Amino acid sequence: MSTATASATGAVHVMNKRALTLYGLGAAVGLVLFGFLSPGGTASFRLSSSGDAIQLPLLTVPVAAAGWIIAVLLIAGAAYAFWSEKSARRLAGWVPAVFALLFVIGILIWLVGSSRASAISLLSLLTGSLALALPMVYGSLGGVLAERSGVVNIAIEGQLLLGAFAAALGGSLSGSVVGAMVSAAIGGVAVSSLLTLFAVKYRVNQIIVGVVLNVFVSGLTGFLFGTLFSNNSGLNSPPRLPSVAIPGLSEIPILGPLLFDQTALGYLMFVAVGVLWFGLYKTRWGLRVRAVGEHPKAADTVGINVNRTRVLNVLLGGAVAGLGGSFYTLVSVSQFSRDMTAGTGFIALAALIFGRWNPIGAFFASLLFGFATNLQYVLSQAGTDVPSQFLAMLPYVITIFAVAGLVGASRAPAASGQPYVKG
Amino acid sequence: MKLELKGITKAFGGFVANDSIDLVVDEGKVHTLLGENGAGKSTLMNVLYGLYEPTEGEILVDGKPVHFRGPGDAMAAGIGMVHQHFMLVPVFTVAENVALGDERTKGAGILDLEKTRKAIREISDQYGFHVDPDALVEDLPVGVQQRVEIIKALVRKADLLILDEPTAVLTPKETDELMDIIRQLKGDGTSIIFISHKLREVKAISDEITVIRRGKVVGTADPSADAMELASLMVGRSVDLSLGRQHSDGTDVALEIRDLTVIDSLGVPTLDHVSLDVRKGEILAVAGVQGNGQTELVEAVMGLTDHTTGSIRLDGVELLGRSTKQIVNSGVGYVPEDRSTDGVIGDFTIADNLILNRYDRHPVARGGSLQPAFIAENAEAKIGEFDIRTQSALHTASQLSGGNQQKVVLAREFSRELNLFIASQPTRGVDVGSIEFLHRRILAERDKDVPVIVVSTELDEVAELGDRIAVLFHGKVMGIVPGNTSRDVLGLMMAGSTAEEALAEADAARLATTENDEPQLPGGIA
Amino acid sequence: MSPETPSFIDRLRASGAVVSVLAIVAAFIVGGILIAATDEKTTSATTYFFARPLDTLAAAWNAAANSYAAMFRGAVFNYDASTFTAMIKPLTETLTYATPLLTASLGVAVAFRAGLFNIGAQGQLILGAMFATWIGFTLDLAWPVHLLLVILGSILGGALWGGLVGWIKARTGAHEVILTIMLNYVALNLLAYLLNTPVLQRPGSTNPVSPQVNGSAMYPELLGDEFRLHLGFLVAVAATALVWWLMNRSTLGFEIKAVGSNRHAARTAGINTFKVTVLAMVIAGALAGMAGAAQVNGTERFLTESVAASIGFDAITVALLGRSNPIGVFFAALLFGAFRAGGVTMQVATGTPIDIVLVVQSLIVLFIAAPPLVRSIFGLGQRKKRKPRTPGRDAAVAATAGGDK
Repeated sequence: MSTATASATGAVHVMNKRALTLYGLGAAVGLVLFGFLSPGGTASFRLSSSGDAIQLPLLTVPVAAAGWIIAVLLIAGAAYAFWSEKSARRLAGWVPAVFALLFVIGILIWLVGSSRASAISLLSLLTGSLALALPMVYGSLGGVLAERSGVVNIAIEGQLLLGAFAAALGGSLSGSVVGAMVSAAIGGVAVSSLLTLFAVKYRVNQIIVGVVLNVFVSGLTGFLFGTLFSNNSGLNSPPRLPSVAIPGLSEIPILGPLLFDQTALGYLMFVAVGVLWFGLYKTRWGLRVRAVGEHPKAADTVGINVNRTRVLNVLLGGAVAGLGGSFYTLVSVSQFSRDMTAGTGFIALAALIFGRWNPIGAFFASLLFGFATNLQYVLSQAGTDVPSQFLAMLPYVITIFAVAGLVGASRAPAASGQPYVKG
Repeated sequence: MKLELKGITKAFGGFVANDSIDLVVDEGKVHTLLGENGAGKSTLMNVLYGLYEPTEGEILVDGKPVHFRGPGDAMAAGIGMVHQHFMLVPVFTVAENVALGDERTKGAGILDLEKTRKAIREISDQYGFHVDPDALVEDLPVGVQQRVEIIKALVRKADLLILDEPTAVLTPKETDELMDIIRQLKGDGTSIIFISHKLREVKAISDEITVIRRGKVVGTADPSADAMELASLMVGRSVDLSLGRQHSDGTDVALEIRDLTVIDSLGVPTLDHVSLDVRKGEILAVAGVQGNGQTELVEAVMGLTDHTTGSIRLDGVELLGRSTKQIVNSGVGYVPEDRSTDGVIGDFTIADNLILNRYDRHPVARGGSLQPAFIAENAEAKIGEFDIRTQSALHTASQLSGGNQQKVVLAREFSRELNLFIASQPTRGVDVGSIEFLHRRILAERDKDVPVIVVSTELDEVAELGDRIAVLFHGKVMGIVPGNTSRDVLGLMMAGSTAEEALAEADAARLATTENDEPQLPGGIA
Repeated sequence: MSPETPSFIDRLRASGAVVSVLAIVAAFIVGGILIAATDEKTTSATTYFFARPLDTLAAAWNAAANSYAAMFRGAVFNYDASTFTAMIKPLTETLTYATPLLTASLGVAVAFRAGLFNIGAQGQLILGAMFATWIGFTLDLAWPVHLLLVILGSILGGALWGGLVGWIKARTGAHEVILTIMLNYVALNLLAYLLNTPVLQRPGSTNPVSPQVNGSAMYPELLGDEFRLHLGFLVAVAATALVWWLMNRSTLGFEIKAVGSNRHAARTAGINTFKVTVLAMVIAGALAGMAGAAQVNGTERFLTESVAASIGFDAITVALLGRSNPIGVFFAALLFGAFRAGGVTMQVATGTPIDIVLVVQSLIVLFIAAPPLVRSIFGLGQRKKRKPRTPGRDAAVAATAGGDK
């Protein structure tokens, strides 16, 4: 590559053409779907539940007008992106986020407008999304930790599943939620240990190890569920993790119940996202981890132990993902069942790529997937003509477009997936 | 710092890369390690830098034995190294790269890059480096990246700096600047180990010279020693490898390149309206510092670039817009510059690599089905003809040495009638014995009246093979000059002067000093 | 024999086959320990372990041995059965289970050789099954013609789904692991949707079930009504031979391997990497799609949401175990077919959950991928004078998976 000429024009930050296509596509879909194909009428959202101290009125939106406004905004956003590309400016980071948010709001209004229900509870839509996103966030953070150090972690699914299992077992044995959560983290670390043993020590292809570990954990937990737990159901009755409302803050309409009435896992999730972001980009530890993931040999030549860094990161990532798995058995339902994570780990993998290997990006990508999944449940209850299977497909189709378009422009850690051999 | 290496041996399995090497570097001296590619220089330095454990022997710093378990220990002992392939993280800023492994923190592990920036500015001012601490490394020219590497070592208070083939990627001007920096460092009392196989630089900068061949110290020399003598010591036999070839003017124009422009994925032109002619029976050598458009030029001819405009006509037929396969099948032979990436498939057998350009053509295949008998016969024949050193045609290409891999590539490309032959860096990383063989084969092809393009960053190779020489700089042709043009002129053109400017400037310089005749050496040595 | 010549034992130790066998043995041992450790009789015997330690060991041995014996009876030969038919039935069941697994695994293997990590056999199989089912119950044709159309339809369905991945990958460089995982979910939802619409739903039914396919669209049984083994097995064997020819003798296979090993050198040599990437995924999808026809038109007769079971995922493990070599894949598929058939019998006879099969299967692949681990477990020592392994070229990785960077 001729770096000399590239730097001369500063053209390095020029956006990817495919990303532009995606903006164009988004604006076009917005115009056609929200504008021309608008179902008309109104869409109503309930903003508070009956028990709330402060009752907010129903939010009613005229679907056609809102659709047109959003379509125009989307077109403006796309135009701004094209203009930035043309004048070789770097697009501000908030533009794609706002664009995506507008698009999601447009879809929401369109879907609610075309459903038969009189009103949709916005709060339950959002809290449900957050709940569905929670294990995904933990899983993708675990993946970020591993991938930033140069190890591809396909085994997130296995880490979540063994975390869920270990939380049930550890919680039942210890009778405490802390014991359950510690067990869950240990479960995730166990999967990570196998991953590092094979991927780092024996240099087996990391994707292969990850895929096989998922099968292994599925088989192991399924087997123990069929033997250990069925022989002794007392081992599969963990305590529940209670929600803790923060006095005062939890009274705020919408935001209160959404953010300030969480379980410990929920609060910890926000802390973990922030801490990991800060750690990766602002600390010595993060600088070293990123160097190991980008250019392990460079890190080695300044005295950083590459393989030890990788092992520690994968283990830490396992603990985070395993902890996320405890959500299934401590919060979601109160006991373990076969394959209960149902592919969430794979979505977490997509979320971390969608979020560009950045903890905050992974968090928002997970929220998006959680929202899309929950929308499907809420709308099928509300009664809509859109088949639920198509709504269920939405996160996956979005991911395909994302990896084919947007993410092509961003880069994975350069050494991700490559074992490090000295010399 | 005074450094002594005593009886250092480093073996990889059965292969001995370093065989009881002794070396003494005195404080404030430039000590050169001279040797061919693969002589064991880099291995020795990796041992010294703690990247490899020596099998035997000891290292003494200021008379005291030391034991390095990793580069961290070596750096703590005051040893710094600028690697041949820079050890910089491309997506990090200069400050982040310099800080890495030697981070200043505000406590609790929180980075304090401001302190690092300050240290960079200080060193940068002291040596006139002009390095912006906040620039992304991947945006910087190679010469500046090298300075970042030197800053990395100096920030860590290195008393001894190892420079591994530091000039391989530099323009002649950047090389001169580096020499000044080395003198300045030396003046400040820093010891330098300078690794090179380029006699000219070695003679210019060294205080002492140690010559290494096949992992052993074969002698020491004074910088004033005769270049021919140094070359003989390095290669192990008397060097008179000039091919004694005839100059050729060629006959009819076969390849016409007009206004060839290539735009890279970032929208930057890497080749800018290049026009060239190549005649039948002549070698056009393309010279230039790495990364000035040579790669794109040959890749454009081979149909391997996107966003290409202009015209490439071979015997009157337009090649631009054709697929690589059509171009290969129209009789264009191609030796890519990066052999292991583009030239051979490491996992494939030698036999399969020998048919890579005609696996689907008669008689290698019939009706979509490969003919194993023919492939085996062909392999045996080529292995004999090109003296490819292997026990079996069924060994994989990755098991071969660099020189033998290159013979596989050449054997494959020469296994059919060619209308054009392009060789990019044909002898990079190849031992001297193979260099001669490869050069003779390329000349033989020219003598069959085939038009030939040879791209090389080694001036000697360019001078050795070129009937005419085109010099590329920043994607443009600086001029096309005769094969016997002096290296001063070529050097100026490689740094961006046009042929006329370079000739005028060189003439002026010649009036000032009398020219010093250099022996003719094959590319890759001098 | 001169002293330099390696002894027979040395050569045996050095051979990959020994490592494979030992990997299987080690995986079974771990599985056996799991079975024993969770066995009720064993755990109750451990309560008086220090008084009568042999009781614990005997109980543990019995638990593991009984489960594995049941597995053998279900997979190979039922020595407890009264009739000859019942005795050999397990072997035919193994072949029946192996049939869809074989073609799906061949698909994964072909993609591997092209350097593509195809996690999408599941989705490709579903598409193949949808096409096969629809052709099977809507058309009314004579036997061989109808079946032939069904097979072609399954190939087309799978090829479309696989080709889509190849096209997006070649076009945009998106990672095929993500693409195939996502398309699996899309395929599953598409199937669920179509099974609830008149396109595939059985008339009069409210369940997501398709009509039965016509008899003329079925693979005929090979050994009569007593056995489920059908013609699809021979078709799968023929596909194996064809894939062997493709990968070892054809120019297209040469291109696929070249792109998979070093796409830069392949491109430089004039190979159209775009075409090869798409074609490799088309072939991979087609083979997985055939597995869909084997499921519906071989054994199930109608389509449900669970048509793919875990075949698409097992196929990845089979391809790894068979080292992406068609002959290796053939035997690996038979082994996994045996696991499946034996696992069912084991669960019924001894109550050991069939999940243990997954544990053993995954351990086999892990052990085979890391020969040094197996050697150290069995105290064989390291092989000497080996070239250091190149990253990403591990024995189990026939292709450099993970795509290009």
